[in-house]
Amino acid sequence: MTTPVTPASDWPRDIYRALCAHQVRQVAYVPDAGHSRLIEYCRDDPAMIALPLTTEEEGIGLLAGAWLGGDRGVLLMQSSGVGNCINQFSLARVCRLPLLLLVTMRGEDGERNPWQEPMGRNSAGLLETAGIEPLRVDAAAAAGATVAAALERAYRESSAIAVLIAQRVIGIKSFDQ
Amino acid sequence: MTAPAAGKQQYPLRRRAVVADLLAERGDSLVVAGLGAPAWDVTAAGDSPLNFPLWGAMGSAVPLGLGLALARPRRRVLVITGDGEMLMGIGALATAALAAPTNLAIVVLDNEAYGETGNQATHTAAGADIAAIGAAAGLVWSRTVADDAGFEVARHQILTAPGPGLCVIKVRIEQLPLVLPPRDGVVLRDRLRAALQD
Repeated sequence: MTTPVTPASDWPRDIYRALCAHQVRQVAYVPDAGHSRLIEYCRDDPAMIALPLTTEEEGIGLLAGAWLGGDRGVLLMQSSGVGNCINQFSLARVCRLPLLLLVTMRGEDGERNPWQEPMGRNSAGLLETAGIEPLRVDAAAAAGATVAAALERAYRESSAIAVLIAQRVIGIKSFDQ
Repeated sequence: MTAPAAGKQQYPLRRRAVVADLLAERGDSLVVAGLGAPAWDVTAAGDSPLNFPLWGAMGSAVPLGLGLALARPRRRVLVITGDGEMLMGIGALATAALAAPTNLAIVVLDNEAYGETGNQATHTAAGADIAAIGAAAGLVWSRTVADDAGFEVARHQILTAPGPGLCVIKVRIEQLPLVLPPRDGVVLRDRLRAALQD
Protein backbone atom coordinates (compact mmCIF):
# COMPACT_ATOMS: atom_id res chain seq x y z
CA MET A 1 0.00 0.00 0.00
CA THR A 2 1.35 3.37 -0.98
CA THR A 3 -0.29 6.55 0.28
CA PRO A 4 0.57 9.75 -1.59
CA VAL A 5 1.56 12.51 0.80
CA THR A 6 1.66 15.30 -1.78
CA PRO A 7 -1.30 16.56 -3.78
CA ALA A 8 -2.14 14.25 -6.65
CA SER A 9 0.06 14.94 -9.63
CA ASP A 10 0.84 12.83 -12.63
CA TRP A 11 4.58 13.31 -12.31
CA PRO A 12 5.23 9.87 -13.89
CA ARG A 13 3.42 11.15 -17.00
CA ASP A 14 5.63 14.25 -17.00
CA ILE A 15 8.75 12.07 -16.86
CA TYR A 16 7.39 9.81 -19.59
CA ARG A 17 6.82 12.85 -21.82
CA ALA A 18 10.42 13.94 -21.22
CA LEU A 19 11.65 10.46 -22.24
CA CYS A 20 9.55 10.63 -25.43
CA ALA A 21 10.75 14.14 -26.26
CA HIS A 22 14.35 12.96 -26.00
CA GLN A 23 13.82 9.81 -28.11
CA VAL A 24 14.62 7.40 -25.29
CA ARG A 25 14.15 3.86 -26.64
CA GLN A 26 15.53 1.37 -24.10
CA VAL A 27 13.97 1.65 -20.64
CA ALA A 28 15.53 -0.80 -18.21
CA TYR A 29 14.08 -1.27 -14.76
CA VAL A 30 13.87 -3.31 -11.63
CA PRO A 31 10.20 -3.19 -10.68
CA ASP A 32 9.44 -0.57 -8.07
CA ALA A 33 6.17 0.73 -6.66
CA GLY A 34 7.34 4.33 -7.00
CA HIS A 35 8.07 3.85 -10.70
CA SER A 36 5.06 1.66 -11.43
CA ARG A 37 3.07 4.20 -13.44
CA LEU A 38 6.11 5.31 -15.45
CA ILE A 39 6.92 1.66 -16.18
CA GLU A 40 3.35 1.14 -17.43
CA TYR A 41 3.53 4.16 -19.72
CA CYS A 42 6.81 2.91 -21.17
CA ARG A 43 5.55 -0.68 -21.58
CA ASP A 44 2.50 0.63 -23.44
CA ASP A 45 4.63 2.62 -25.88
CA PRO A 46 5.50 0.58 -28.98
CA ALA A 47 8.42 2.92 -29.70
CA MET A 48 10.09 1.87 -26.44
CA ILE A 49 11.65 -1.36 -25.23
CA ALA A 50 10.79 -1.59 -21.53
CA LEU A 51 12.92 -4.36 -20.10
CA PRO A 52 12.89 -5.73 -16.55
CA LEU A 53 16.28 -6.75 -15.16
CA THR A 54 17.22 -9.31 -12.53
CA THR A 55 19.52 -6.74 -10.88
CA GLU A 56 20.17 -3.04 -11.48
CA GLU A 57 23.78 -3.91 -12.36
CA GLU A 58 22.63 -5.28 -15.70
CA GLY A 59 21.23 -1.88 -16.61
CA ILE A 60 24.64 -0.20 -16.75
CA GLY A 61 25.96 -2.70 -19.31
CA LEU A 62 22.67 -2.74 -21.19
CA LEU A 63 22.57 1.04 -21.59
CA ALA A 64 26.24 1.09 -22.60
CA GLY A 65 25.47 -1.38 -25.39
CA ALA A 66 22.32 0.52 -26.32
CA TRP A 67 24.18 3.78 -26.76
CA LEU A 68 27.10 2.18 -28.60
CA GLY A 69 24.48 0.85 -31.00
CA GLY A 70 22.78 4.23 -31.34
CA ASP A 71 19.87 3.90 -28.88
CA ARG A 72 19.19 6.23 -25.98
CA GLY A 73 18.24 4.62 -22.71
CA VAL A 74 17.34 5.20 -19.10
CA LEU A 75 17.54 3.00 -15.98
CA LEU A 76 14.80 3.07 -13.35
CA MET A 77 15.54 1.81 -9.85
CA GLN A 78 14.99 2.25 -6.15
CA SER A 79 17.76 3.69 -3.97
CA SER A 80 18.65 0.18 -2.78
CA GLY A 81 19.71 -0.55 -6.38
CA VAL A 82 22.37 2.15 -6.39
CA GLY A 83 24.65 0.03 -4.24
CA ASN A 84 24.25 -2.92 -6.57
CA CYS A 85 25.65 -0.89 -9.48
CA ILE A 86 28.82 0.59 -8.02
CA ASN A 87 31.48 -1.40 -9.89
CA GLN A 88 29.50 -1.34 -13.15
CA PHE A 89 29.48 2.47 -13.06
CA SER A 90 33.15 2.24 -14.07
CA LEU A 91 31.95 1.31 -17.57
CA ALA A 92 30.09 4.60 -18.02
CA ARG A 93 32.92 6.54 -16.45
CA VAL A 94 35.90 5.03 -18.30
CA CYS A 95 34.12 5.02 -21.67
CA ARG A 96 32.49 8.42 -21.03
CA LEU A 97 29.06 7.15 -21.92
CA PRO A 98 25.88 9.14 -21.33
CA LEU A 99 23.90 7.63 -18.48
CA LEU A 100 20.63 8.61 -16.84
CA LEU A 101 19.35 6.90 -13.71
CA LEU A 102 15.92 7.65 -12.26
CA VAL A 103 16.08 6.67 -8.61
CA THR A 104 13.06 6.57 -6.33
CA MET A 105 14.18 7.18 -2.78
CA ARG A 106 13.52 5.00 0.25
CA GLY A 107 14.80 5.50 3.76
CA GLU A 108 13.71 9.14 3.96
CA ASP A 109 11.05 10.91 6.06
CA GLY A 110 8.26 8.51 6.90
CA GLU A 111 10.12 5.29 6.00
CA ARG A 112 8.82 2.38 8.01
CA ASN A 113 11.44 -0.17 7.01
CA PRO A 114 14.75 0.59 8.75
CA TRP A 115 16.63 -1.72 6.36
CA GLN A 116 16.07 0.89 3.63
CA GLU A 117 17.85 3.60 5.58
CA PRO A 118 21.53 2.84 4.89
CA MET A 119 21.21 3.03 1.08
CA GLY A 120 18.61 5.78 1.28
CA ARG A 121 20.93 8.01 3.32
CA ASN A 122 24.01 7.25 1.28
CA SER A 123 22.80 7.04 -2.31
CA ALA A 124 23.63 10.63 -3.28
CA GLY A 125 27.10 10.44 -1.74
CA LEU A 126 27.89 7.07 -3.30
CA LEU A 127 26.73 8.25 -6.71
CA GLU A 128 28.88 11.36 -6.46
CA THR A 129 31.89 9.28 -5.43
CA ALA A 130 31.29 7.02 -8.43
CA GLY A 131 31.25 9.99 -10.80
CA ILE A 132 27.48 10.14 -11.27
CA GLU A 133 25.98 13.56 -10.62
CA PRO A 134 22.97 13.36 -8.29
CA LEU A 135 20.06 15.76 -8.86
CA ARG A 136 17.16 15.87 -6.38
CA VAL A 137 13.47 16.14 -7.11
CA ASP A 138 11.69 17.21 -3.92
CA ALA A 139 8.39 18.28 -5.47
CA ALA A 140 6.25 16.36 -7.95
CA ALA A 141 5.86 19.45 -10.13
CA ALA A 142 9.62 19.56 -10.75
CA ALA A 143 10.02 15.95 -11.89
CA GLY A 144 9.38 16.34 -15.62
CA ALA A 145 11.56 19.41 -16.09
CA THR A 146 14.41 17.96 -14.04
CA VAL A 147 14.44 14.74 -16.06
CA ALA A 148 14.23 16.67 -19.34
CA ALA A 149 17.19 18.84 -18.34
CA ALA A 150 19.17 15.80 -17.20
CA LEU A 151 18.52 13.98 -20.49
CA GLU A 152 19.51 17.03 -22.49
CA ARG A 153 22.80 17.29 -20.66
CA ALA A 154 23.54 13.57 -20.46
CA TYR A 155 23.29 13.19 -24.22
CA ARG A 156 24.85 16.52 -25.15
CA GLU A 157 27.89 16.16 -22.90
CA SER A 158 28.12 12.39 -22.36
CA SER A 159 27.42 12.96 -18.68
CA ALA A 160 26.30 10.45 -16.10
CA ILE A 161 23.40 11.82 -14.04
CA ALA A 162 21.05 10.35 -11.44
CA VAL A 163 17.73 12.01 -10.69
CA LEU A 164 16.76 11.15 -7.12
CA ILE A 165 13.01 11.38 -6.56
CA ALA A 166 12.22 12.11 -2.91
CA GLN A 167 10.17 9.64 -0.95
CA ARG A 168 7.63 12.37 -0.15
CA VAL A 169 6.92 12.67 -3.89
CA ILE A 170 6.33 8.95 -4.24
CA GLY A 171 4.42 8.20 -1.06
CA ILE A 172 5.13 6.08 1.97
CA LYS A 173 4.87 2.29 1.97
CA SER A 174 2.62 1.63 4.95
CA PHE A 175 2.94 -2.07 5.99
CA ASP A 176 -0.52 -1.72 7.63
CA GLN A 177 -2.21 -5.10 7.83
CA MET B 1 34.04 -28.71 2.38
CA THR B 2 36.98 -28.53 0.01
CA ALA B 3 37.29 -26.39 -3.08
CA PRO B 4 37.46 -28.35 -6.31
CA ALA B 5 40.95 -28.77 -7.70
CA ALA B 6 41.68 -26.52 -10.64
CA GLY B 7 43.72 -27.32 -13.68
CA LYS B 8 43.02 -31.03 -13.81
CA GLN B 9 40.88 -30.88 -16.92
CA GLN B 10 42.46 -31.76 -20.29
CA TYR B 11 39.85 -30.64 -22.80
CA PRO B 12 41.17 -30.88 -26.36
CA LEU B 13 39.90 -27.52 -27.67
CA ARG B 14 42.27 -24.54 -27.57
CA ARG B 15 40.67 -21.16 -26.99
CA ARG B 16 42.68 -19.11 -29.48
CA ALA B 17 41.96 -21.53 -32.33
CA VAL B 18 38.27 -21.71 -31.42
CA VAL B 19 37.91 -17.91 -31.39
CA ALA B 20 39.97 -17.45 -34.56
CA ASP B 21 37.80 -20.06 -36.36
CA LEU B 22 34.61 -18.38 -35.22
CA LEU B 23 35.67 -14.86 -36.09
CA ALA B 24 37.06 -15.82 -39.51
CA GLU B 25 33.44 -15.98 -40.64
CA ARG B 26 32.03 -13.13 -38.55
CA GLY B 27 31.23 -10.84 -41.48
CA ASP B 28 29.98 -7.54 -40.05
CA SER B 29 29.06 -9.03 -36.66
CA LEU B 30 29.63 -6.94 -33.55
CA VAL B 31 31.73 -8.70 -30.92
CA VAL B 32 31.62 -7.96 -27.20
CA ALA B 33 34.44 -9.65 -25.28
CA GLY B 34 34.39 -10.30 -21.54
CA LEU B 35 37.37 -9.09 -19.54
CA GLY B 36 40.58 -11.11 -19.35
CA ALA B 37 41.42 -14.03 -21.60
CA PRO B 38 38.35 -13.73 -23.90
CA ALA B 39 39.33 -10.12 -24.68
CA TRP B 40 42.87 -11.23 -25.48
CA ASP B 41 41.57 -14.15 -27.60
CA VAL B 42 39.30 -11.88 -29.63
CA THR B 43 42.12 -9.38 -30.13
CA ALA B 44 44.54 -12.16 -31.15
CA ALA B 45 42.08 -13.09 -33.89
CA GLY B 46 42.37 -9.52 -35.23
CA ASP B 47 41.51 -6.21 -33.61
CA SER B 48 38.55 -4.45 -35.20
CA PRO B 49 36.45 -1.33 -34.58
CA LEU B 50 33.51 -3.73 -34.40
CA ASN B 51 35.01 -5.35 -31.27
CA PHE B 52 34.16 -4.02 -27.84
CA PRO B 53 36.53 -5.72 -25.40
CA LEU B 54 35.88 -5.08 -21.73
CA TRP B 55 38.68 -4.42 -19.25
CA GLY B 56 36.41 -4.38 -16.21
CA ALA B 57 32.73 -4.21 -15.21
CA MET B 58 32.82 -7.97 -14.66
CA GLY B 59 29.43 -9.51 -15.32
CA SER B 60 28.47 -6.89 -17.92
CA ALA B 61 29.38 -8.67 -21.16
CA VAL B 62 25.94 -10.21 -21.76
CA PRO B 63 23.98 -7.08 -20.75
CA LEU B 64 26.19 -4.96 -23.02
CA GLY B 65 25.72 -7.36 -25.92
CA LEU B 66 21.99 -7.38 -25.24
CA GLY B 67 21.73 -3.58 -25.39
CA LEU B 68 23.68 -3.60 -28.67
CA ALA B 69 21.57 -6.40 -30.12
CA LEU B 70 18.34 -4.54 -29.30
CA ALA B 71 19.71 -1.32 -30.80
CA ARG B 72 21.00 -3.04 -33.94
CA PRO B 73 18.53 -5.82 -34.77
CA ARG B 74 19.94 -6.39 -38.25
CA ARG B 75 23.48 -7.08 -37.04
CA ARG B 76 24.69 -10.30 -35.49
CA VAL B 77 26.00 -9.63 -31.99
CA LEU B 78 28.41 -12.17 -30.51
CA VAL B 79 29.26 -12.03 -26.84
CA ILE B 80 32.45 -13.99 -26.19
CA THR B 81 33.21 -14.34 -22.52
CA GLY B 82 34.57 -16.69 -19.87
CA ASP B 83 32.94 -18.93 -17.29
CA GLY B 84 33.93 -16.70 -14.36
CA GLU B 85 32.59 -13.54 -16.01
CA MET B 86 29.37 -15.31 -17.01
CA LEU B 87 28.80 -16.65 -13.51
CA MET B 88 29.14 -13.16 -12.03
CA GLY B 89 26.21 -11.92 -14.12
CA ILE B 90 24.33 -15.19 -14.60
CA GLY B 91 20.92 -13.53 -14.14
CA ALA B 92 21.51 -11.68 -17.41
CA LEU B 93 20.73 -14.93 -19.23
CA ALA B 94 17.15 -14.66 -17.97
CA THR B 95 17.01 -11.03 -19.08
CA ALA B 96 18.37 -11.91 -22.52
CA ALA B 97 15.80 -14.70 -22.85
CA LEU B 98 13.02 -12.31 -21.87
CA ALA B 99 14.14 -9.59 -24.30
CA ALA B 100 14.60 -12.30 -26.96
CA PRO B 101 16.68 -10.56 -29.64
CA THR B 102 17.11 -13.13 -32.42
CA ASN B 103 20.50 -11.64 -33.39
CA LEU B 104 22.27 -12.36 -30.08
CA ALA B 105 24.60 -15.33 -29.56
CA ILE B 106 26.63 -15.87 -26.39
CA VAL B 107 29.80 -17.95 -26.36
CA VAL B 108 31.27 -18.97 -23.01
CA LEU B 109 34.86 -20.19 -23.22
CA ASP B 110 34.75 -22.45 -20.18
CA ASN B 111 38.11 -23.54 -18.83
CA GLU B 112 36.64 -24.06 -15.35
CA ALA B 113 39.13 -21.58 -13.90
CA TYR B 114 39.76 -17.90 -13.15
CA GLY B 115 42.69 -17.64 -15.55
CA GLU B 116 43.68 -14.05 -14.78
CA THR B 117 44.12 -14.63 -11.06
CA GLY B 118 45.98 -17.92 -10.93
CA ASN B 119 43.60 -20.53 -12.32
CA GLN B 120 41.53 -20.97 -9.19
CA ALA B 121 38.57 -23.24 -9.89
CA THR B 122 35.26 -21.68 -10.91
CA HIS B 123 31.94 -23.28 -10.02
CA THR B 124 31.88 -25.06 -13.40
CA ALA B 125 34.82 -27.19 -12.19
CA ALA B 126 32.48 -28.53 -9.53
CA GLY B 127 29.74 -29.23 -12.03
CA ALA B 128 27.78 -25.99 -12.43
CA ASP B 129 26.36 -26.27 -15.96
CA ILE B 130 26.06 -22.86 -17.65
CA ALA B 131 24.34 -24.29 -20.75
CA ALA B 132 21.70 -25.94 -18.56
CA ILE B 133 21.18 -22.63 -16.75
CA GLY B 134 20.82 -20.90 -20.13
CA ALA B 135 18.24 -23.44 -21.28
CA ALA B 136 16.32 -23.14 -18.04
CA ALA B 137 16.44 -19.33 -18.34
CA GLY B 138 14.58 -19.67 -21.62
CA LEU B 139 17.24 -19.12 -24.28
CA VAL B 140 16.18 -20.44 -27.69
CA TRP B 141 19.17 -22.77 -27.85
CA SER B 142 21.82 -23.56 -25.28
CA ARG B 143 24.44 -26.27 -25.55
CA THR B 144 27.89 -27.38 -24.45
CA VAL B 145 30.58 -28.64 -26.80
CA ALA B 146 33.90 -30.09 -25.76
CA ASP B 147 35.57 -31.40 -28.92
CA ASP B 148 36.19 -30.63 -32.60
CA ALA B 149 33.12 -32.44 -33.86
CA GLY B 150 30.88 -30.59 -31.43
CA PHE B 151 32.45 -27.25 -32.22
CA GLU B 152 32.06 -27.84 -35.96
CA VAL B 153 28.29 -28.12 -35.51
CA ALA B 154 28.06 -25.31 -32.97
CA ARG B 155 30.04 -22.85 -35.08
CA HIS B 156 27.30 -22.57 -37.67
CA GLN B 157 24.67 -22.18 -34.96
CA ILE B 158 26.66 -19.44 -33.18
CA LEU B 159 27.11 -17.45 -36.39
CA THR B 160 23.68 -17.84 -37.95
CA ALA B 161 20.95 -19.52 -35.86
CA PRO B 162 18.13 -17.29 -34.58
CA GLY B 163 18.71 -16.59 -30.91
CA PRO B 164 19.12 -15.61 -28.25
CA GLY B 165 21.35 -18.63 -27.89
CA LEU B 166 24.31 -19.76 -25.87
CA CYS B 167 27.18 -22.15 -26.51
CA VAL B 168 29.54 -23.21 -23.77
CA ILE B 169 32.83 -24.34 -25.27
CA LYS B 170 34.98 -26.35 -22.90
CA VAL B 171 38.58 -25.29 -23.46
CA ARG B 172 41.93 -26.30 -22.02
CA ILE B 173 43.70 -24.22 -19.38
CA GLU B 174 46.66 -22.57 -21.10
CA GLN B 175 49.17 -19.83 -20.44
CA LEU B 176 49.14 -17.74 -23.62
CA PRO B 177 50.88 -14.56 -24.72
CA LEU B 178 48.81 -11.46 -23.91
CA VAL B 179 47.39 -9.77 -27.00
CA LEU B 180 45.92 -6.57 -25.65
CA PRO B 181 43.23 -4.39 -27.23
CA PRO B 182 43.22 -0.62 -26.70
CA ARG B 183 42.50 0.06 -23.04
CA ASP B 184 41.17 3.58 -23.46
CA GLY B 185 37.39 3.23 -23.19
CA VAL B 186 36.80 6.41 -25.17
CA VAL B 187 38.81 5.01 -28.09
CA LEU B 188 36.81 1.77 -27.99
CA ARG B 189 33.58 3.75 -27.82
CA ASP B 190 34.39 6.16 -30.63
CA ARG B 191 35.68 3.58 -33.07
CA LEU B 192 32.59 1.39 -32.67
CA ARG B 193 30.18 4.32 -32.97
CA ALA B 194 32.04 5.57 -36.05
CA ALA B 195 32.01 2.12 -37.66
CA LEU B 196 28.25 1.96 -37.17
CA GLN B 197 27.59 5.38 -38.74
CA ASP B 198 27.38 4.08 -42.31
